[in-house]
Amino acid sequence: MSDLNKSSLTNIVNLIKKKKISSLEVTNHFIKNIENSRKLNSFITTCFEEAIKKAKEFDKKKNFNGLLAGVPLAVKDLFCTKNVKTTAGSKILQNFIPTYESSVTQNLWSEGAILLGKLNCDEFAMGSSNETSYFGNSINPIGKNLVPGGSSGGSASALAANLTPATIGTDTGGSIRQPASFTGTVGLKPTYGLCSRWGIVAFASSLDQAGPMTKNVEDCALLLEAMSGYDKKDSTSINKKKENYKSNLNTNIKGLKIGIPKEYRVENMPKEIDKLWKHGVNILKKSGAEIIDITLPHTKYALPTYYIVAPAEASSNLARYDGVKYGYRSKKGKNLIEMYENTRGEGFGDEVKRRVLIGTYVLSSGYYDAYYLKAQKVRSLIKNDFDKSFKTVDAILTPSTPSSAFKVGEKTNDPISMYLNDIFTVPVNLAGLPAISIPAGQDEKGYPLGLQLISKALDEQKILNIALQMEKVISFKQSINRWWE
Amino acid sequence: MVGIKMEKNKFDYIIKTENNLWEVVIGLEVHAQVISESKLFSGSPTKFGAKPNTQVSLVDSAFPGMLPVINEYCIKQAIKTGLGLSAKINLLSIFDRKNYFYADLPAGYQISQYKNPIVGEGIVTLDMPYGTKKIGIERLHLEQDAGKSIHDLSPENTFVDLNRSGVALMEIVSKPDLRSPQEVNAYVKKLRTIMRYLGTCDGNMQEGSLRADVNVSVRKIGDKNFGTRCEIKNVNSIKFMELAIESEARRQVELLESGKTLEQETRLFDTKKNETRSMRSKEEAHDYRYFPDPDLLPLKIEQKFIDEIKKNLPELPDEKKERFIKKFKLTPYEANVLVSEIDISNYFEEVIKNADIKLAKNWIMVELFAVLNKKNINIKNSPVSSKDLSSLINTISSGEISGKIAKSVFEIMVETGKDPGKIIKEKGLKQQSDPKEIEKLIIKVLQNNSEKVSEYKSGKEKLYGFFIGEIMKASSGKANPKLVNDILKIKLKK
Repeated sequence: MSDLNKSSLTNIVNLIKKKKISSLEVTNHFIKNIENSRKLNSFITTCFEEAIKKAKEFDKKKNFNGLLAGVPLAVKDLFCTKNVKTTAGSKILQNFIPTYESSVTQNLWSEGAILLGKLNCDEFAMGSSNETSYFGNSINPIGKNLVPGGSSGGSASALAANLTPATIGTDTGGSIRQPASFTGTVGLKPTYGLCSRWGIVAFASSLDQAGPMTKNVEDCALLLEAMSGYDKKDSTSINKKKENYKSNLNTNIKGLKIGIPKEYRVENMPKEIDKLWKHGVNILKKSGAEIIDITLPHTKYALPTYYIVAPAEASSNLARYDGVKYGYRSKKGKNLIEMYENTRGEGFGDEVKRRVLIGTYVLSSGYYDAYYLKAQKVRSLIKNDFDKSFKTVDAILTPSTPSSAFKVGEKTNDPISMYLNDIFTVPVNLAGLPAISIPAGQDEKGYPLGLQLISKALDEQKILNIALQMEKVISFKQSINRWWE
Repeated sequence: MVGIKMEKNKFDYIIKTENNLWEVVIGLEVHAQVISESKLFSGSPTKFGAKPNTQVSLVDSAFPGMLPVINEYCIKQAIKTGLGLSAKINLLSIFDRKNYFYADLPAGYQISQYKNPIVGEGIVTLDMPYGTKKIGIERLHLEQDAGKSIHDLSPENTFVDLNRSGVALMEIVSKPDLRSPQEVNAYVKKLRTIMRYLGTCDGNMQEGSLRADVNVSVRKIGDKNFGTRCEIKNVNSIKFMELAIESEARRQVELLESGKTLEQETRLFDTKKNETRSMRSKEEAHDYRYFPDPDLLPLKIEQKFIDEIKKNLPELPDEKKERFIKKFKLTPYEANVLVSEIDISNYFEEVIKNADIKLAKNWIMVELFAVLNKKNINIKNSPVSSKDLSSLINTISSGEISGKIAKSVFEIMVETGKDPGKIIKEKGLKQQSDPKEIEKLIIKVLQNNSEKVSEYKSGKEKLYGFFIGEIMKASSGKANPKLVNDILKIKLKK
């Protein structure tokens, strides 16, 4: 059984399809892992009984079609799952049970996957360390007191600790790539519109995008293939044919042009990250790619722009949590206004409140032009920077994060330093582009570090190919001693 | 109040005070519910009067992760309406979120259009007693309706019905071109007529399909600048709009005449007290924090799409009026009346297919309208079908019955729904047109009134009418009046 811990998603699918192992055996294996790993607090909800029932049903089938045949998967608790509690990491939705299934998770189940449970995350995906979750912070299996990153922290933690063979997260400003980088796993944020947002608890609608989090690049291609696709229920969904990312994987990257943006060499960045970046450059060179220095001049405005646009949208998206229709309602209050105030005051955590306040402020009359409108203009400039670069390069290589995983509590009192974690990932969301983070090495403490590959819109295949070649050369080894068991 | 009286003359609506003449400036924001099977951003049905919360989807009730998808039919309806207002259709428009908290607004924002509406400037032509007047349309935009809060079912609780939540509305904003309650009356009616012709809004004010926010300000005659305006929210009948404007204008004039300044504010019209009262001041006004809805892409419309709609546009009231005047030789007044509702004009055109136009218009506008008014029904439910009215008119034209007899036949038609031929036959009302019989009748009447005949012959010609009356009476009104006239003249000469 310990083989399963080393198995990739692709392997497990193959084993099940060849009937070398049953869906039930796989499901039980991961259930056991989860039960032994409560300390990591990576799950908010588990649905073992239902998973076992579905696995048994699956094993009775004659044909195991589907990309994810019989594979149990846990997903971030931001995806609405039919009849399974969906909290978004918030008290305000702590007892919310949707009557509907998000399009992306439905795609997984349609491909044969089985829901294991719902993974911890920052409240409404607002955070970079999983510490804003109402259900407590999830722990990084790399080390006892380390955060797994965020907001898809529970997802990264569960994946790295082998509590799920793969998982999906959402990425609004780096929420897939940063935790992937912190846990030595692979995470991809697709082109905005590639995966449907229907049924995902919204944080910032123009930035949110679901994506795969996996142990390797091949799994990432497989899971992306399974979860993506046009959805007429999401008006921002891109209407295009589904791609076969996995079967089109190709490590031949000769002649590809890779851009290195000088603006990503930020102050106070640890030397190891710079070293790792150079290492990545060398790998690409040796693999036959051409390295080109590029400039993305508006990069420095990305973070402030993001922290106007995202909270603005969030302040409006979160207005629906008012205690009237569903979710938490405060018992205090003499009238409607007081009910609102108490419900939202008690139901939301500090980070959510902070962002709702910022968002409300930047949209207010008299401030709208100076903040929101200006931010939208800068956003187009940032996008233009990328568009220009992609006229000459196929992909851009950057570090995924400016640091490795930090300690629990280290940054909770300093929101700005927390926000700075997303400095390399946020521009990609603002531009709506795809980007992948792959583990590229460790720092001196032995904590993993990731590199990020960015491409133009809908060029996921290209960055998957480059990532696969880099993965082959780097042959990153995860060293987790399962200290919590 | 002393010194202030409203004066309504033919051309202007002026408030006269001791020292000043005041003019009223009015602009309207009309909210018209789009005729559509489903809501603006969800597939829920829009049926009126359904049981509470039965026409509600997850989108309408703003469940987590739900997304709006635009209903193309509503876009078509808005474009159609825009074309009906001779307005510019914007090829690019944007849906914005208007943010505010209320129990019947599930998402905490209303999706509306703010800076970039689907329809731009247009024109509505009014026919006033003093001639035509053109009222500018500032814009038309699409937005969602909110749900309904019901406060009077329980002392402790407010109930929320989300059936209306998400229903498509067109907000049609006029320029401040209206100058009197009468013009407002004509404007709303004209808008309603246009939308009914187009089938884009049923204009049913009782059901709330058409309601308006009324902006009122006053200024001294001759002033170029507008005064401070007050907005009277959500007035749901034309009568109330007129009353609200009158009382609000009077209030403003009184305030200004007494040297006070007017605050820009939102007011409500109290229909029982016939006065407006303050709802919220400018300072208390909501900050709606409009911003483009990131769940919806900007709406791009192709010119081809608009052209296609334009091609299939029905004849509009103004065009129809022109046609009626030219083709049927109607007066502008008559044409106006007959095109005021599409059902009336259809009825009229049905009747004149086989009947005399002049008789038809008179019968419809006098006799039929009187019946419809009395019974308070619309022409679609008329007890007399266009076909039967047409036959009735033909019996008059052919001389089968007189106009007078026709009126009693018509009364029976209204009561029984029978066709006129049958009634005439059953009641023996057919006109007496045999000259010999009429001659006999006349001779008899003249014999019975020989004294009067002598008086007539000696010059008292006024008695001619008397003889006619007696003859008609003797024939129970059935004698052909023309023949009676012709023969009587001959007999009296002898």
